[in-house]
Amino acid sequence: MPPTDTAPATPEESSENVPAGTARGAPDVPPQRTDAPGIRFEKVVKRFGRNVVLRELDFEVAPGERVTLIGPSGSGKTTILRLLMTLEKVDGGVIWIGDRPLSHMRRGDRLVPANEKHLHEMRKQVGMVFQQFNLFPNMNVLRNLTEAPMRVLGLSKDEAVERARRLLDMVGLADKIDAHPSQLSGGQQQRVAIARALAMEPKVLLLDEVTSALDPELVVGVQDLLRDIARGSDLTMLCVTHEMGFARDISDRVLMFDQGQIVEEGPPERIFEEPAEQRTRDFLQAVLAS
Amino acid sequence: MSDVLEAYPQLLRGAWITVQLTVYGSALALALALAFGLAGTSRHVALRALNRVYVEFFRGTATLVLMYWLFYALPLVGFRFTPMAAAVLSLGLNVGAYGAEVVRGALNAVPKAQYEAAIALNFRPWQRLVRVTLPQAVALMLPPFGNLIIELMKGTALVSLITIGDLTFRAQQIRASTGETTATFLVILVMYFVIAQLLQLAVRYAERRVDRMLGRRPVRRDALPRTADASGAGAVKG
Repeated sequence: MPPTDTAPATPEESSENVPAGTARGAPDVPPQRTDAPGIRFEKVVKRFGRNVVLRELDFEVAPGERVTLIGPSGSGKTTILRLLMTLEKVDGGVIWIGDRPLSHMRRGDRLVPANEKHLHEMRKQVGMVFQQFNLFPNMNVLRNLTEAPMRVLGLSKDEAVERARRLLDMVGLADKIDAHPSQLSGGQQQRVAIARALAMEPKVLLLDEVTSALDPELVVGVQDLLRDIARGSDLTMLCVTHEMGFARDISDRVLMFDQGQIVEEGPPERIFEEPAEQRTRDFLQAVLAS
Repeated sequence: MSDVLEAYPQLLRGAWITVQLTVYGSALALALALAFGLAGTSRHVALRALNRVYVEFFRGTATLVLMYWLFYALPLVGFRFTPMAAAVLSLGLNVGAYGAEVVRGALNAVPKAQYEAAIALNFRPWQRLVRVTLPQAVALMLPPFGNLIIELMKGTALVSLITIGDLTFRAQQIRASTGETTATFLVILVMYFVIAQLLQLAVRYAERRVDRMLGRRPVRRDALPRTADASGAGAVKG
């Protein structure tokens, strides 16, 4: 459980030199560079109708930390990512990214629900890759990658195209620059989607079951790519996956969820090899059996 | 028949009026359909209410009665329209109401995930619409829009009743002067049909453009099964 004395308002820019990850006692190996923000959920409640998905959830992710959320479906993992991407609104509590509230904004000394302007400001730090890729079918691969950098970040066309080429090169799809999404395989589409998210240079990357919709033979390519990205960058990453091998490779810490609560958390080796909780053991058994 | 065909300058003048009415009426209908269709998908309840009022009122009133109102009744309370303006307004308002439902339905049919991807890339609300959802919705709108434009074109025949010299109006004149009822109506039947086919071609062209934008291969006519044999084989496969 996150210590409550690490106040949400770590006021000034503490990110420069303090490896806040160690200060908050999270990962064993603190990330070297920490200009990525941390994340904090503070008594977050989320309901869909009468169904309470998150019940006063508290947890924290250190700057640059890679955290994987596991747990049975309906346990609220994807909801956490969707809240961070502002695709859902909280029904209670506050979400913090760095020292700024995401779901709320400051008005005087009070926190009021965020307006679109605040959300726009906060979203600059966050990128998301979806289970179903969600590339824009009305644009070719290049435009999928350049449209937002040009229209949102204000990059010139040349800058945006150059960035797109570099990222397509990285994901191994430089030759597909003029293709339409419908002409690509699922694995290729997902790699383009990853490049598209990175083109906005987020500091926090959310991965929502990014290989679940892929044919088995395409899974490895996408996972390898994400492993490389995790190694080569200082992004804070939150990952929801059912691929336990991938979770082990990519994460500093694993959180096991059930019914909107954290059942157990720890480094991947411990969670996967000696889970302390019965529910974790049951879940891992079910996943590995499938 | 030859008497009717000799009157071709009159028929062409009438056809030109019909085409003009179709173009202006469609332009107005399209603008109204977009505006009120968008209102129908708004988060704001007032805009959605506006959409309902417009759609239900103008879909539920006869175009001809609307035309009579604009041309005969409103001048009595001080609003005067030229016949052309009255015709274009009533056609546009009526077809625009149907079109608004098409636009609303098409926008709602674009997968929500597309909208969410646009949020994830931090597009502004307006950009989400213009860059992402609307272009995809257009692909769904085109076939029903094609129907509506042809409906509107056929609806222009009503304007002969408010003194506009369209194709039907000219036909009535020719019929009166030549006494050739069958021949006259046969000729304008064909002329309306030809205009409809031209409109259909234009819509097809637009559909192909949109298909290319979406990266779909346009279905080539000669790629379709023609013979009973080929369609039979297709049926077995399906």
